Amino acid sequence: MKKLSKYRRHRVVAPLLLIAALLGIGTTFQVAGATTTSVITAEERTKAISEGREIFLKGCSSCHGLNAEGSSISPSLIGVGAASVDFQVATGRMPMADMSQQAMRKAPVYNDEEVAALAAYIASLAPGPEIPTDEMINYERDGSIAEGGELFRTNCAMCHNFAGQGGALTKGKYAPSVMGVKPVHIYEAMITGPQAMPVFSDKTITPEEKLSIIAWIKAAEKEPQLGGVALGRVGPVTEGLLVWTLGLGLLIGIAVWLTTKAK
Amino acid sequence: MSARERIAGNVASYVDDRTGAAAWMKKNLKKVFPDHWSFMLGEIALYSFIILLLSGTFLTFWFDPSMREVVYEGEYLPLKGVEMSAAYASALEISFEVRGGLLMRQIHHWAALIFMAAIVVHLMRVFFTGAFRKPREFNWIIGVGLLTLAIVEGFLGYSLPDDLLSGTGIRIAQAIIQAIPVVGSFLAFFAFGGEFPGIAFIPRIYTVHILLLPGIFLALITVHLMLVWYQKHTQYPGPGRTEKNVVGYSLMPIYMAKAGGFFFIVFGITALLGAVASINPIWLYGPYTPGQISAGSQPDWYMGWLDGLVRMSPPLEPVIFGYTLSLNILIPGLIIPGIIFTGMALYPFIEQWITGDKREHHILDRPRNAPNRTALGVMSLTFMLVALINGGNDIIATHFDLSINQIMWFSRIGIIVLPPLAFVITKRLCLSLQRADRDLVLHGRETGRLVMMPSGEFVEVHEPISPEKAWLLTQHEQKAPLELADLDQRGVRRPGLIKSKVRKRFAVAHAEQVSKPTVEDLKEIEHH
Amino acid sequence: MSNEIELIKDPGLPEHKLRQSDVDPKAADRAERQVAILFALSALGTVLFVYAYLFIPTDRFVFIPLMGDQNVHQLLLGLGFAAALLFIGLGAVHWAKTLMPDHEVIAHRHELRSPDIDREEFVKTAKEGAAAAGLGRRSLIKKSLGLSLGLVGLSPILLLGDLGPLPGNALRTTSWKTGTRLVTDPGDRPIRPEDLEIGSVAQTLPELAPGKDHHSLNDIAKDAVLLIRLRPEEFNLDAERLSWTYEGIIAFSKICSHMGCAVALYEQTTKHLLCPCHQSTFDVTRAAKVIFGPAARPLPQLAITVDAEGYLVAQAPFNEPVGPSFWERSA
Repeated sequence: MKKLSKYRRHRVVAPLLLIAALLGIGTTFQVAGATTTSVITAEERTKAISEGREIFLKGCSSCHGLNAEGSSISPSLIGVGAASVDFQVATGRMPMADMSQQAMRKAPVYNDEEVAALAAYIASLAPGPEIPTDEMINYERDGSIAEGGELFRTNCAMCHNFAGQGGALTKGKYAPSVMGVKPVHIYEAMITGPQAMPVFSDKTITPEEKLSIIAWIKAAEKEPQLGGVALGRVGPVTEGLLVWTLGLGLLIGIAVWLTTKAK
Repeated sequence: MSARERIAGNVASYVDDRTGAAAWMKKNLKKVFPDHWSFMLGEIALYSFIILLLSGTFLTFWFDPSMREVVYEGEYLPLKGVEMSAAYASALEISFEVRGGLLMRQIHHWAALIFMAAIVVHLMRVFFTGAFRKPREFNWIIGVGLLTLAIVEGFLGYSLPDDLLSGTGIRIAQAIIQAIPVVGSFLAFFAFGGEFPGIAFIPRIYTVHILLLPGIFLALITVHLMLVWYQKHTQYPGPGRTEKNVVGYSLMPIYMAKAGGFFFIVFGITALLGAVASINPIWLYGPYTPGQISAGSQPDWYMGWLDGLVRMSPPLEPVIFGYTLSLNILIPGLIIPGIIFTGMALYPFIEQWITGDKREHHILDRPRNAPNRTALGVMSLTFMLVALINGGNDIIATHFDLSINQIMWFSRIGIIVLPPLAFVITKRLCLSLQRADRDLVLHGRETGRLVMMPSGEFVEVHEPISPEKAWLLTQHEQKAPLELADLDQRGVRRPGLIKSKVRKRFAVAHAEQVSKPTVEDLKEIEHH
Repeated sequence: MSNEIELIKDPGLPEHKLRQSDVDPKAADRAERQVAILFALSALGTVLFVYAYLFIPTDRFVFIPLMGDQNVHQLLLGLGFAAALLFIGLGAVHWAKTLMPDHEVIAHRHELRSPDIDREEFVKTAKEGAAAAGLGRRSLIKKSLGLSLGLVGLSPILLLGDLGPLPGNALRTTSWKTGTRLVTDPGDRPIRPEDLEIGSVAQTLPELAPGKDHHSLNDIAKDAVLLIRLRPEEFNLDAERLSWTYEGIIAFSKICSHMGCAVALYEQTTKHLLCPCHQSTFDVTRAAKVIFGPAARPLPQLAITVDAEGYLVAQAPFNEPVGPSFWERSA
């Protein structure tokens, strides 16, 4: 039950539907998860690279070019690193469903092995940020929630909102909610700067600080509702809306009852 | 005489011997109040104010209005060890360590939002029914003053906890003060005791929030209510209701029970909101520091329109003779609100000037029978609504897949185009409703029953409406526009011709109406 | 509209209709019971409140459909309190509506205006009072009183003088000086150019002055700087501004030139900075030129370079005041 409520709590409207949808995504992520750690031999690596190339030619090259060199509509992938591939593909952002403002998080198209193969192929083209291992992102051990909050508010909240619910960028782009994102993907996002997001270098935000940020985000996901329903955690807009609908609605309704004659 | 009656009698006579209150009470316990739901809107505001006093007093027992820096060591783990102001730390203490403290904080904040909303709907009721006309102009002005002060009071309360969101609000308020021509930076330094944010501001606004403004509120509300009492309440038109009487229920016992009961109801609903819906979760915002910001930083709704206006303002900041004039802040932040609130305060006098009507009015207008006023009201509301929507454009953008730039452009154009459009549509609508009223009186109600005439033709049976309804639909006065001669008796053009021409134009527009049916009209119909 | 036209007549107050509880004693008893039940529910609400306050621990949560996990203590405390209040009100109103007499009463209004004779008396009294005081004749008193009253208002205004210091130069200065290192916020670590990858940002503050252990909010409100690294060829700057950058790293004041919010929302793809408060948008490649929104001025740019040890430092202080405008800003 506790696990379920984690997804449930940041929704105000049509909760059941959304829970179902989120749960779906959640389990997919969990399945897609447990890849990154195992040590790979050189032989396996070569195999993965060639498999990755196959997948790339079929699924990605039409936009990113036959050698991942990019085109007028999409960026070059040379040097983006395995971390970038893992983030983009394992969160379902790539391949893009349509050429809209930005790639959305959705159910991934490729399974873990395919993502790993793609990552290996792209990493083989030029060095770039690598996928962090589970050992590297043990945020429960190495991160501090309170420090992470400070870092989050300074570096992340301006786009992702004070509670990590996401926010608007210019011209229809948006910073997505960071709720329910796997730690490894949060980490990858910080070191690769996907889409509109800038890169946060390891020297300006150290790996330990990154883990603190993840620790804080994970704590925010579990943040209990302390004063009643959270109203989306987007600030005073929903509060004002509730006052004008439910609050004033109830009061005026009662005032009408109060002033009509009894039968 | 029972023992209880004897005691009550003794107490009463003891008090009356010393005050002579019996004569006054005798009369006023029978004071008549007309019954209508819209007359309860002001009561919602009044009761919310009392709730604010009560819950606010509770909060002051723990709140420490100090910007002294402390390290948080309280119960909320995600902030443990974080540097913050004592004000923020004590607001966290109220939320997490004082049992019922969070409930009271939430009740206080919900009550503030309800207070503001109730003031606005009460003002709308008074405006659209013409209740501000003579002799109630003073009370209208007091009401506008209360609304203005309430916005300030609400903003100060929102600022006190010194969280990241409220600190951002103070930052913007400081920028508005600083933008005032000539003296801006001096005023800002006086208000903040130096540079922003300093350590003086929160203690200072605390005194204003809990002492100065509530005191002024109490005084103004008292006068507001005394005037209502003394002038007697207005009433809606209807059979038996005239300018010379008030029809309703007496204070003792009906209104005491109803109004007293309604206080508990308003308190109960506010407590219900405080129990089930989170408001201003300051622990999530974090402490204020000028280097941080959250996406979607918004003020409470009653300031949202102001924020919306500031957002849509064009980037005008001319340097004139070497001095900077921040029009991008002054126009939306001070000039437009100034015009709106001054215009609102003066409206009863403006309307009086247009109509030349100096008589007392105690029967309310049905909004359709004052098309110009109703249209003006809807126009102003449209303006405010567009501004308010733009104040939440980022939240709207993320929740409805829109772009903030689109919403901004919609608002920039909409704020100019939509209010006049709303005026025209509302006025036409009012006149159509007048026409519908006229038809209803003349031809009766459509019953939906079809009857075949001997000629084979089908006609729908119309039922005449009741005399009460006919009276309601025709009781209003239809005055011709003010007559103003351009020339005086000697044929010389009068001074102030332009002014009188403007006045004439307004008068004609104001008096536009569909003539109401008379008995002659009815008779004529019967002949056919 | 002339008055000769005959208008539809006021039929007068409609006849009073009796309620069920007026005619049927059973209905009246029923109403009484209903009122009593409502009051009893209020009492139950108070019991719930007391129970929650005393016996429910503050850290217990329960799942409630549509609401999610809720804190039991807080929820029951609130619901109990709400019920205690709400049902008193509902009971009182139901009582008034069903059992108290509902005959409409007519009260008469009197003109608010005083009778002419009273008005004349009042004017006379006022005039007599003024004459008796000699206000009209003794102009010396009138003038000197006016003077003293006018002046006495001055002292309370003067007393407010110590509310704050005069601005002086404070709005024009920051902690940035030639050679001040840029350090991370939070963390206070100096930064080398090679620490920043292309497309990365860093929130920075000036290094702490010796003897200080943390940044005061007053300082942060003026000193906060955002570092952004682009490809040098992406800049579209004049020679001077280009010389203020270092290997594609450009530094701007984070304090919005409009109303002082922290402008830190950087879009790597478009190279735009957005202020979340009022959505002013600045183009980083063109020295933070305003391309949308209410801000009228670019964000002040901090000229940066590296020191002997290879750390990023300020070349010079800001060449203009940071933050929102003020009257004498450009003077």
